[in-house]
Amino acid sequence: MSRWLRLLFAILFLRPIAFMMLGLTVKGRENLPKAGPAIVVANHNSHLDALVLLSLMPLGQLDKVRPVAAADYFLKNRVIAWFSLQVLNILPLDRSNAERGVDPLAEGAAALDRGEILIVFPEGSRGSAEVMGKFKGGVARLKERYPDVPVVPVFLQGAGKALPRGEIVLIPVVVDAVVGTPVIWTGNRASYTQAMEDTVRSLGAHLPRVFDDEDEED
Amino acid sequence: MIFDIAPNVAYALAAVFVLLIAATGFAWPQRKKKHELWLRTRTWWVIIALLGLSIALPSWVPIALFGLISFLAFKEFVTLIPTRRADHRVLLWAYLSIPLQYYWVSIGWYGMFIIFIPVYIFLALPLRMVLAGETQGFIKAAGTVHWGLMIAVFSLSHAAYLLALPAANNPIAGGDGLLLYLLLLTEINDVGQYCSGKLLGKHKVIPKVSPNKTVEGLIGGVVITTGVAILAAPYLTPLVWYEAAGIGLVLALAGFAGDVTISAVKRDLKLKDSGTLLPGHGGILDRVDSLTFTAPLFFHAIYFLHY
Repeated sequence: MSRWLRLLFAILFLRPIAFMMLGLTVKGRENLPKAGPAIVVANHNSHLDALVLLSLMPLGQLDKVRPVAAADYFLKNRVIAWFSLQVLNILPLDRSNAERGVDPLAEGAAALDRGEILIVFPEGSRGSAEVMGKFKGGVARLKERYPDVPVVPVFLQGAGKALPRGEIVLIPVVVDAVVGTPVIWTGNRASYTQAMEDTVRSLGAHLPRVFDDEDEED
Repeated sequence: MIFDIAPNVAYALAAVFVLLIAATGFAWPQRKKKHELWLRTRTWWVIIALLGLSIALPSWVPIALFGLISFLAFKEFVTLIPTRRADHRVLLWAYLSIPLQYYWVSIGWYGMFIIFIPVYIFLALPLRMVLAGETQGFIKAAGTVHWGLMIAVFSLSHAAYLLALPAANNPIAGGDGLLLYLLLLTEINDVGQYCSGKLLGKHKVIPKVSPNKTVEGLIGGVVITTGVAILAAPYLTPLVWYEAAGIGLVLALAGFAGDVTISAVKRDLKLKDSGTLLPGHGGILDRVDSLTFTAPLFFHAIYFLHY
């Protein structure tokens, strides 16, 4: 049931919106993982980011693609929870797990064991639109445990202009997605997190500025 | 009947397809070596098939198609220019003006069509910006957003308004004939300038904006465009030969001006192409650059002379 739902959603909604309302300019599409297990890491500007990445994945892989999302935000009311779980197929992450002594990686590890492709926004929040924040360490922990799983970096630009945090109406803007080659293990977690952040940032370095006014990271 | 197309318009479209087939015959053998040229030709097939089909359908179809082209062009513009965070809703208002502008065209309300964006939207955008309350960068933001609408929406909608002009004034081909004439001359001029520039080009016109533009190319374009304007006028328009010659000259110069204006915009933003929607051409703005200048000038010339 949800399989067909997701397929319908992708064909009737996701791809037309991605094409008409946004329009995508993709560089390095061939670098996207063709099969799981894999992790895609991207910077985060907007709710549209996950939709953009989902629309880039081949339809046949759709069932295996799991955007990792905060449970406290996406499961907070029943409608959003149903949509997030059934249609977007998110992998809910309980942000308080670590404090409660529960393994925060258990869900992600299980998904990789099942051969799924995780979409992770290591900034942890959309923050201010089109301003990249610090990456958090979760992906590096997973990579340490699963050294053979490729971590594919993607730089996204424009979705924060189309639908920034706090706005409910979307304005059409062409979204740029630049996909890089997998970030190789650096030997320790801190430097790996930094390497991912630097790689994602460098993928977008050649793109023109989105906003005229610089904004402080919040 | 679903198809309504004057015989002359059908012949002109057939002639365009013959040209396209000839171009394809030229590009196909060297598709490996000159891949860009091949991609460009292939994209031309899509553009011309869409335009040709829509022209053969009732006039609201090509009007809607031009609305779509304006939307895509404005979207490219909004993507390229750095905007202010405070202007999200301002841009929404700007977008909403596109369907309205083409609605005025579709009902043939000339008075509204001609002042809606230059007057009402010109006043409404700063009003919405004031309501948002951000004054830093106000003048630049008000200017760039409205300029984008003028180029991508107001200017291009003149091409669509040709279809709303009374058919009686052009009994041989109607509005379809005028639109086809405008598009034909604009593209012939682009191609003519490019080819004569390649073959004969020596003296650069404006090296700082567009290093590939030469005096020889410009003159070649003027000669070719004026010639085609005179030859095609009796089949598609009510123009007499000297009117057609004048219009051919004006369109050749305007096409050049539109082309280098979009080049200047791209140069300002340090970009080569405005987008990637049309393989071999770049973005929509790269394709309609000349048309943003030729459409309003042609419209007003023909409107003054025959309507």
